[in-house]
Formats: sequence, structure tokens, C-alpha cells
Amino acid sequence: MDIPILSLLIWMPVFAAILIMLMGREIGEGMKWFALVVSIAEMILAVLLISKSHISSQMQFVEKHSWIESFDIYYALGADAISITLIALTVFMTLLVVIASWTNIKHQIHNYLAAFLLLEGLMVGVFCALDAMLFYVFFEAMLIPMFLIIGIWGGPRRVYATIKFFLYTFFGSVFMLIALLYLYSQTNTFEIAQLSGAAIPLNVQIPIFLAFLIAFAVKVPMWPVHTWLPDAHVEAPTGGSVILAAIMLKIGGYGFLRFNLPITPDASRELDWLLIAMSLIAIVYIGFVALAQKDMKKLIAYSSIAHMGFVTLGFFVIYQISAGNTDFQMLALQGGMVQMISHGFISGALFLCVGVLYNRMHSRNIDDYQGVVNSMPVFSALMVLFAMANSGLPGTSGFVGEFMVIVASFDASLWYAALAAITLIVGAAYSLWLVKRVIFGEVLNDSVAALQDVTTREFSILIILALMVIALGVWPAPLVEYLQPSLERVLNLALVTKV
Amino acid sequence: MSILQLCLITVLAPLFGSVVVGLFGKWLTRAHAHLITIGGVALALVASGVIFYQLLQTEFAPQNFSVYEWATIGGFSLGIGFLIDSLTVTMMLVVTSVSLMVHVYTIGYMHEDPGYKRFFSYISLFTFSMLMLVMSNNFLQLFFGWEAVGLVSYLLIGFWYTRPSAILANIKAFLVNRVGDFGFLLGIAAIAVSTSSLDYAQVFAAAPGLVDSTLTITNSLEVPLLTFICIALFVGAMGKSAQVPLHVWLPDSMEGPTPISALIHAATMVTAGIFMVARMSPLFELSETALLFIMFVGAITAFFMGLVAMVQDDIKKVVAYSTLSQLGYMTVALGVSAYSLAIFHLYTHAFFKALLFLAAGSVIIAMHHEQDIRKMGGLWKRMPITYATSLIGTLALIGFPAFSGFFSKESIIEAVHLSELPGAHYVYWMVLSGVFITAFYSLRLFFLVFHGKPRMSDETYSHVHETPKVVTVPLIILAICSVVAGYAIEPMIYGDFFAASIHVSEHHGVMEKMADHFHGVQAMITHGFVAHAFYLLLAGVALAWLCYLLVPSIPKLLAPVFIIPNYILTRKYGFDWLYIKGFARLGVGIGKAASALGDRILIDGLMVNGTANIVKGVSMQLRKIQSGYLYQYAFAMIIGLLGLLTFFYFQI
Repeated sequence: MDIPILSLLIWMPVFAAILIMLMGREIGEGMKWFALVVSIAEMILAVLLISKSHISSQMQFVEKHSWIESFDIYYALGADAISITLIALTVFMTLLVVIASWTNIKHQIHNYLAAFLLLEGLMVGVFCALDAMLFYVFFEAMLIPMFLIIGIWGGPRRVYATIKFFLYTFFGSVFMLIALLYLYSQTNTFEIAQLSGAAIPLNVQIPIFLAFLIAFAVKVPMWPVHTWLPDAHVEAPTGGSVILAAIMLKIGGYGFLRFNLPITPDASRELDWLLIAMSLIAIVYIGFVALAQKDMKKLIAYSSIAHMGFVTLGFFVIYQISAGNTDFQMLALQGGMVQMISHGFISGALFLCVGVLYNRMHSRNIDDYQGVVNSMPVFSALMVLFAMANSGLPGTSGFVGEFMVIVASFDASLWYAALAAITLIVGAAYSLWLVKRVIFGEVLNDSVAALQDVTTREFSILIILALMVIALGVWPAPLVEYLQPSLERVLNLALVTKV
Repeated sequence: MSILQLCLITVLAPLFGSVVVGLFGKWLTRAHAHLITIGGVALALVASGVIFYQLLQTEFAPQNFSVYEWATIGGFSLGIGFLIDSLTVTMMLVVTSVSLMVHVYTIGYMHEDPGYKRFFSYISLFTFSMLMLVMSNNFLQLFFGWEAVGLVSYLLIGFWYTRPSAILANIKAFLVNRVGDFGFLLGIAAIAVSTSSLDYAQVFAAAPGLVDSTLTITNSLEVPLLTFICIALFVGAMGKSAQVPLHVWLPDSMEGPTPISALIHAATMVTAGIFMVARMSPLFELSETALLFIMFVGAITAFFMGLVAMVQDDIKKVVAYSTLSQLGYMTVALGVSAYSLAIFHLYTHAFFKALLFLAAGSVIIAMHHEQDIRKMGGLWKRMPITYATSLIGTLALIGFPAFSGFFSKESIIEAVHLSELPGAHYVYWMVLSGVFITAFYSLRLFFLVFHGKPRMSDETYSHVHETPKVVTVPLIILAICSVVAGYAIEPMIYGDFFAASIHVSEHHGVMEKMADHFHGVQAMITHGFVAHAFYLLLAGVALAWLCYLLVPSIPKLLAPVFIIPNYILTRKYGFDWLYIKGFARLGVGIGKAASALGDRILIDGLMVNGTANIVKGVSMQLRKIQSGYLYQYAFAMIIGLLGLLTFFYFQI
């Protein structure tokens, strides 16, 4: 019998986290080694997952056990290329965060890492749950470790930030729960695959669509429900920011792909204008907001919102692309998906860069820096690379998704493409202006002059991300090819009418 | 070796040099750094030469190679590959040869700079990017090269990163280019949507079928699709090739070290836009409107930027504005469908303008980084090689008969004269009077730097001496090229050289008429001495001689008369003011307003915290009800009971 690899991926870090929390009291911070071993083991499992998967549109590695029989709720797991890619991203970024936190967290590092392991397991669960109820449980449970990470290891205004974060996301997910219960009352199933096939009249689809929208729009986050993100980022420790930006935001995008598009395709078609408008506002308006930020983390947080706008634009513009132009509809979906992966690397890297500076200067304020390149040349080279990737330079991953989405949206409307392409100017403006103020220039003061360049550990993490960013930018074909069948399946479900 | 292998060597050798020196520079000596990168570029030059030779054998039949698939989505395939034809190979030779000269020159120019190895890494990376751009067989790779040269330009303008002016100039250059790229990307998107391909061959094949297609801008406005595509692409070219109004970054780019001013901001990168339009000739030929637009933008740039060059006092700024003006000439040539002439001027200009920049650099080294021409003078005695090569470069630039610039510029003016586009008449006068302007500012520069009395302390003057061989040898080689390059006009322009790579519609027969007038190089030179342009050139030279050599007090005497034009020209028509005080501030202002008003007040203040406050307020009120007094509860119960009873009673 095959090993239940998905269950292992979920529960190994969860149990490890519990173990660390329980035994940490006696063994103490030495438990961080255990956390490292577990996250490496997760990485190995993820590699195994990819290598054992085959290019197909079907769910693979399926596990199905009865869980709550009276309500037909199953413990059902499975993964297609979309899930596997996001799982791999989760596991990879968690490993980097564990390494990055090694000496930077002074207070109870073992518990800190345990929280990340717990988070990792739950996020993997989100990405491979085939049962909507199971998805919901992971989706909600995931908030707890992040709540703790910001609330315990966060900055001075962490209480405000955590409450805002929690209320926002909780508010969103309540609507999802209502929608799921209603769907169950109509179809007697919680299985996502069956819900995707179920016939639902349009007037029912619309409220369900809106409920899902609220849940996932908060997560992405989309304008106008985005303001929790900058606050959460500013207060979160570096690792928290990295996971938040790199993975948790993607859960919103993933939700759109798994719930809105396949379960309520007609409502998606009906309300595509709303999503497109919200996405374009995110890209343009939030881009300008990013320009005005004085705090590095806030700037990157706003930049994340703007970049995630391309994901949602790509997913919903498919309805306005001329019918039958499947290649361009696929191009839009692919663009959104590649953008999610790329944004995981780039935003993660940028938050790590801010972390490197913060550890040395204890400030995220742009005005406290200037001329960092003079004392930290290696770090500066990497940060410039990531800033360039963030502004969508071809040859980096940041270009791929944006390019695909802009090209595909042109088929829908010149104006969508033109508004989205404004990011070319505004995105470069805020990214490079940040670089200009922080990295270049005369050394501002003695503390900037005394900065030490990156350590071997910091360098290794950033260079790995740099290589990923460049590899994906130079040759996205393997990823695109891998995702193609699974996204085609999503597209087919999204274009079918259920009325 | 196959051509594909040679192509790979051409692009990868400079990339290899750049990566090795860039990443492992710490462990390399300076000599290693320049040997590795120069080796890479030299190899690229040799490989390009071999490709040229092999193409010569097959009479320049275009060769298309696919290297790898970048991404394939269903039937929409995006690849990386090379298209090698006469146009490409011309660009490859120009890029690699000028790049090699600049690499060698850099040894001398940068030898005291702590960023020596970094500089070599950057210029090799530039060479790679530029080659990717010109050798591409598709729009995706073109865009990659396009942006990558922009990145290197950004890094090199800001090379001296502690200078505030340099790091302002580099972000400005990048952002202005991004404005152009905004158009460029939309053009590419329009092509992808309308032809389902980004491969040149397929797009060009599909283009004639799109002549009647339109693009809906608004419900009431439709424009011809090809006009949209061509103008959008050209907006990209306006950024990269610094055409008005996207020219503002180029003069500021002079903040970078002089070798890159020569390589990137004169000879190669800024000509990418010209190259791109020539490459896309099968598209542009289908849109009369776009060609007209191009012609006027070019003429405005050529004329008005030449005027600004007349009042600059920084040696590099004069040459920079001259570059803008010459790029305008190339653009005009594109507009009148004389693509081959645009490329020909690009090719001659690459040599003489690189020469002028490197000569300026040589002067700057000798003057210990003084760039103000008002503080120079009489240098010819001290720097004979720089002097002689500058003279050649200047003569080539002003189009003195028999020098390379003469052949290309004179031909462009003639082509405009023959053009039948509406308004070509005005453009002809603009480019013709440009000859006078060019002669005046070029000779003004030349006289102020090399002739007259030295306007510096005797001690400074006594320390000025000729620069080392690594500097002068590239100058001499480029000077030779600046003389002889023009003689290629017969095979390049009037032969079949570009026949397979540039497409001209039969309605735009400017070049055919040119060919009728052409009776060999000898006749062209002879005619050059009696043409209108030559008298204008002499007038410009004479005026410069009068004002700056014979009676140097004239400019001061005339200053009050020219106060208004001088005010306008020294402020460069106010573009910088508009962009920095206007657009840049407006952008940040919008951001601040959006951040404060939209995010903090409306969303957070009103929606988020507002909701919280309402809940809080309501609960505060509700709290009062729960007083804990039994009689109040009892009273409420009785009232409630009465109410209910009344309700049910009347219901029934």
C-alpha cells in the first residue's frame, strides 16, 4: 500500500509542533533543531510528492475516510498540480523561515518555530482538502498559529493588528460557512468535486458566490477589504510576514479557483465586472498608495496587494475573453497562477531583506536608511534584484504572470490591459524609489556605516530565492506545462453553465 | 560551426564574462576582470564576423532558429530564438565592435575607480542584453532585451551611487523608459491578441490580413488596429531612443561614467528603438498614420534638441543633445520609409558618436574630471591624438563631404525631400536647417575645447597631457571607422543588402527614387560640395569660428538680444520642470491622498473602526437596560405581556 503522503505532510509538522510545545519546557531552545529536521523532512516529502505525481488533470494521492457520517463529512485529501505547486511553495518557504529565524528570535524560539510547523501543516491541509468542511476547518484553524505568531512575537501595536487580522478573516469565513451549509442543504454533500458538478440556479449561485467572495477577498486581500494586511505585516515578526505574504494570501486565490469558479460559474460570469473592477483598483490605486509609504514593510505589503490584483484579474477576466479563445483564457489563468508562485518568492524575499535590515538597525523606517550599499554591498545587490523582480523585469519571475495577464486581458478590453499595465510605471516607481532611498546615496549616519553585510546563513536564503526568481523568469515552461491540465479542468468547470 | 552555435557563442560569451566577474570578482584581480570580459566580447565580435561571412555566402537569406520554448499555452507558443539576417548582423557587428573598443578604453578611464570590476561586469551584461534584443526572432525576447538594457543602463547611470544627481538620473531614466514600455507592452499585447503569435515571421505573415481590422477604444471611437499597434510600439521606441517628449532621461544619463555614455547612451542602446521600427517595417508600412507620426516626432527631436545643444556648457551634455538630435534624424528616416537609411545613419553614428564621447572622456581624464568647456581651451597642443580624432569625429557628425556622417545624413535629408507624405515639406526644412545647427554647436564645442587661449590656470594647463594608449588606440580605430564607414553606402543602401530584412511598400518608393539619383560614391561627394546642406554647414562653422575664436566677445555682446531664446533653451523647454514638479509630485501626491483619505479615513476610519464604534455604541446603550434591578425587569415583563396580549387579541 502507498504511504498516505498528504496526511504525512499535514500531520507530521502538527504533531511535531505539539511535541515541541510540550517538551520545550524541559529541553528548551534545543528543540529548534528538531523543528529544523521536521521542516527538512517536509521538504523531502514535498519533493517526493512532485516526483511521484504525473501530469494530469485528476486529483492524485487521494485519501478518503469517513469523518462525521451523519453529515456526510469526509476526511478526504487529494492534490492536483495546482495543489501540489502550492504545497511545495508552502513547505519550501517554511523551511527558509525556520532557517532565517535561527538566531533572530530571542524569546522562546522553539515555540515560535512550533507555531510555524503547526501553520505549515494546516496550510498544506487547506491546499489538499477535497471536502469543503475539512477545507473550512483547516482554513479557520490556520488563523490560530498566525494569531499567536503576531500576538506573541510581534511589534508594539500587535494587539490592534492581531484583532484586526482575526476579525477580518473570521468575518469573511463565517459567510463561507453559511454558504457551505446552504449548499449542503441543497445537495447533501460537502465534497468539492460534487458541488462543482451540482446544478444550482443563478439566483442561488449569486449569494453563494458573494459569500465565497467575502471570505477569499479578505484573504487575498482585495480592495477594499485589504487594510488589515499592512497592519498585520508591520507588527508581524519577519517570519510571520514572509509566510503571510508568500502563502496565506495565496489561499484566497486558491479559494477562487476551487470554489467560486467551479461551484458558481454562472454567478462568476454574471459578476465578473465586479471582480475585474476590484482587481484593477487594487493594481492602480494600491500602487499609488504604496508610493506614499514611509515604512518599508507597509510599502511591500501594499505592493503585495497590487500584485495579487493580477491574480484575481487573471482568474475573472476569462469570462470577457472572446468565447472560444481557449488559449487566451488559459493564458489568463496561467498568468494568475504563475503570479501567485512568483509573488511567493519575491514578496518573501523582500520581507526577508527588510528583516535583515531590521535585525541590525531595529527600524523599518525608510528615512532611517540611506547608502546601505556602502556597508552592505552583497545584500544591496540582492535587494536590487528583488526590487527589480517586484517591478516585473523580464527575466525574473515577476514578469511572467503580469505579462500573461496583461496580454490575455487585452483580448477582453484595451482598457483592462492599459490599466493593468500602469503597474509597469507605478510598480517600478515604488520599488526603485525604495531602493534609491534605502540602498543608494551617501551613508546617512554612523549606524548605517557600521552595518555588517549579510551572514552566510542570510546570504544562502536570499540567494536560493534569487535563483528561483531567475529560473522561473527565464524558463517558466516546466511550471506552466505542469499546471496546464489542472487549470484546463478548472477552466472547463468555470465555463460550463449550471443553470 | 553552424550559425546557431555561433549565435549562442555571440550571446553567451559576454554573459559568461559578466557573470564570472560579477559573482566571483572578489577573488579576481583587476587584470583578470578585464581580460575575462574583453575576451568574452572579443569572442562575440569574432563570432559575429564569422556569421556575417557565412551569410555573405548565402546572399543574406534570413535564417530563423529556435533555441527553447519559454512557455506554451495550448496553441499559443512563446519561444526564445534568433533571426539572423542582414539587419541583425549589422547590429551585431556594431554592438560588439563598439563594445570591444569601450571595454579596452575602460581600462584607462576607470583605472583609479574602486568599482573597476563591477563596471566590467555591467558593460558585458549590457552587451549580452543588447545582443539578445537585436538577435531576437520574437517580441517576447525583444521585450526581454529591451528591459534588460534598461536595467543595465539604470545600474550604470547610477554607477557612482553616492552622488545624489546620479541616483536621481538613473531612476528617472528607468521610469521614463517605463512610460515608453507601457505603450510597447500594449502594442505587443495587441499583436498577440490579433495574430495569436509573437513570432516575427508569423506576425509579419498575418499583418497584411489585419489592414481592415479596427480596435474599439470607446463605444464611439474605433481606430485601425495596425495604426494602434504601430504607434504603441513606437511609444516604446520613443522611450528607448529618447524622442520628444520622452527624451528627458538621456541628457541626465551623462551622470554615468563616460565609456557607457559612448556605448549605451550614444552608439547602441538608444538606437534600439530605431532598430525595432526598422525590424517591424512589415507592420509600419501598413499604417500611413503611424509613419506620419514617426516622421514628425523625429523632426521635432532633430530640430529642437539640436537647438538646446547650442547653449550647453558641459562637454558631455553637448554631445548628449547632439545624440538626441541625430536620433531624431534616424527617426525621420523611418517615418519616410527609408528604413535602410535610418540603419545606415545608426551605423555611421555609432562610430563617430562613440568616438566623440570617448574623446570627450579623454579630455575629461586629462582635465582631472573637469567637464565645463568654458574652463578649457587650447588643448590641441597638449593632446594631439585626442585633438585629431575629435576633429575627424566632428567632421563626420556635421556631415562634411567624404566623412561617414555625410553619406548617411545627406541621404536622409534627400529622402525627406523626395517623400510624398503630407507635411514632409516642413520636415525637410527642419532637417535641412538642422545641418546649420549641428555645425554650429559641434564647432563651438571643438573650438572652445581645443583652440583659443587656455581658460584655466597655467598650472592646470601644464599638467594636461595626452592620455595613455588604452584610451588613444580605441580613439584611433574609431576615427578610422568614422571615415571609412560611409563608403559602405553603395552596397548597403543601393545594393540588395537589406532586401530580405526590410520591407517597403510600393507606395513608399522614396528609396527607389533615391537610387535613380545615385551615381556612385564619387559623384555623391562631388555633389555634396555644391548642395544646400553644404552652404548651411559652412555657415554654421563660420559662425562658430566667428563667435568663439575670432571675436570671443560676441556671445556676451549678443546675450541681451537672445535673452528669451536663451532662457527657453537653457531650461530645455521646461520638460524637466513639468515632469519633476508636475507628474512626479502629482504621482506621490495622489499616493499620499489615497493613503490618507482612501485607506486611513474612508476604509479604516469609517468602514472598519466605524463599524466597531457602532457596535460599541449600541452595546453601551444596550448595557443600560441590564440594570440588575428586579422591579425594572418585572415592569418590562408586564409591559411586554400586555403588549403581546393586546396583539393577539386584536389579531383574532
